[in-house]
Amino acid sequence: MYQTNYHRASSVQEAVQMMGAATEGKYLSGGMTLIPTMRQRLAAPSDLIDLRHIAEMKGIAVNGRSVRIGAATTHEEVATSAELRTVCPALCGLAGHIGDPAVRHMGTIGGSIANNDPAADYPAAMLALDAVIVTDRREIKAGDFFTGLFETALEDGEIITAVRFDAPAKAAYQKFANPASRYAMAGVFVAKRDNGDVRVAVTGAGSSGVFRHPDLEAALSANWSPDAVANVTVDGSDMLSDLHASAAYRANLVKVMTKRAVSAT
Amino acid sequence: MAKITMTVNGRQVSGVCDDRTLLVHFIRENLGLTGTHVGCDTSQCGACVVHMDGQSVKSCSILAAQAAGSSITTIEGLAQNGELHPVQAAFKAHHGLQCGFCTPGMVMTALDMIRRHGSDLDEATVRAELEGNICRCTGYHNIVKAILAAAHEMGGVRQAAE
Repeated sequence: MYQTNYHRASSVQEAVQMMGAATEGKYLSGGMTLIPTMRQRLAAPSDLIDLRHIAEMKGIAVNGRSVRIGAATTHEEVATSAELRTVCPALCGLAGHIGDPAVRHMGTIGGSIANNDPAADYPAAMLALDAVIVTDRREIKAGDFFTGLFETALEDGEIITAVRFDAPAKAAYQKFANPASRYAMAGVFVAKRDNGDVRVAVTGAGSSGVFRHPDLEAALSANWSPDAVANVTVDGSDMLSDLHASAAYRANLVKVMTKRAVSAT
Repeated sequence: MAKITMTVNGRQVSGVCDDRTLLVHFIRENLGLTGTHVGCDTSQCGACVVHMDGQSVKSCSILAAQAAGSSITTIEGLAQNGELHPVQAAFKAHHGLQCGFCTPGMVMTALDMIRRHGSDLDEATVRAELEGNICRCTGYHNIVKAILAAAHEMGGVRQAAE
């Protein structure tokens, strides 16, 4: 790992100031992607600004159907939140299957979303739940937030402080994990609202990262059942293709995961 | 350079290291506690698992500076007065190791699992939660047996104490 300078912020404001003073700084949350990436010398920030000790960025608040999760909340805390489980168990289940227990104790929802790995789980949930990404300076709808592979709408120095969403009537997440890395080769989050609106968001498969599938959404809003997607064509031309799975294989997985997710609701 | 202070196995310790120093190297090289191992360079093997503020973490994926001020437990902190910890004793009794390289991480992961699930721990959960710990000798079977036996014994002890 290249040399770096570590700073611990105790407030969002202080973190922004520390970033302003750094030549080429990076925010550090749980570090479960960033530290291994630095260790491989694939990233070399001059300064690391640790967000893990900022109290205002932690915790889960559920008010009726409305949910707010602080960005520095760990996967373990999301997975085991009894309050969240009563309104959106799908998100608890998703968080409980990220990485392994030790990773879940450190990794955070804000870190995962900010990194926007094309195979990460949380982006699919944010998109399907029509979540709002709250930062130190504005609020961004999930649909405008994820802009490409490892790319987001975040500006230089902008910090995600929380995410919020209204819990849908029904939701589920199913992923087909790569047998070696356990990252999603295709992960599908489905959500249905009381007014009939359906969202289907796909991670792990798209060549530009997480995306919604309008045809699957239309089929499921007409008929919320696994059979409803039988005649939907999932096009593989924009899917990732690598030694683990061809684009056509991933396209098929998207359909299968959608069926499984709907069955699970 | 950073001056790091933390509590390790109940004792307050300090050391000076680079900001980039990983927690596992601080533990091994600054503190001389070599029970915590480095097995891979990709965060996957779990040989470096320690507890930070009561939760299992991979000390190869955390900077020592991130852990400053926290309370760390390593494998050396488990045995008390020369008596093996029940999880260590179960690994011995059930032959849950062969070469032993992964064992410190396995034991720390097992203890964390038992802390969270208590004596309700079942085989499927143990196997799923060993996701982040790799053993190339045992085929895991005796590790799973040892963890279940330890969970049972520790649960029994807890009930007896209540």
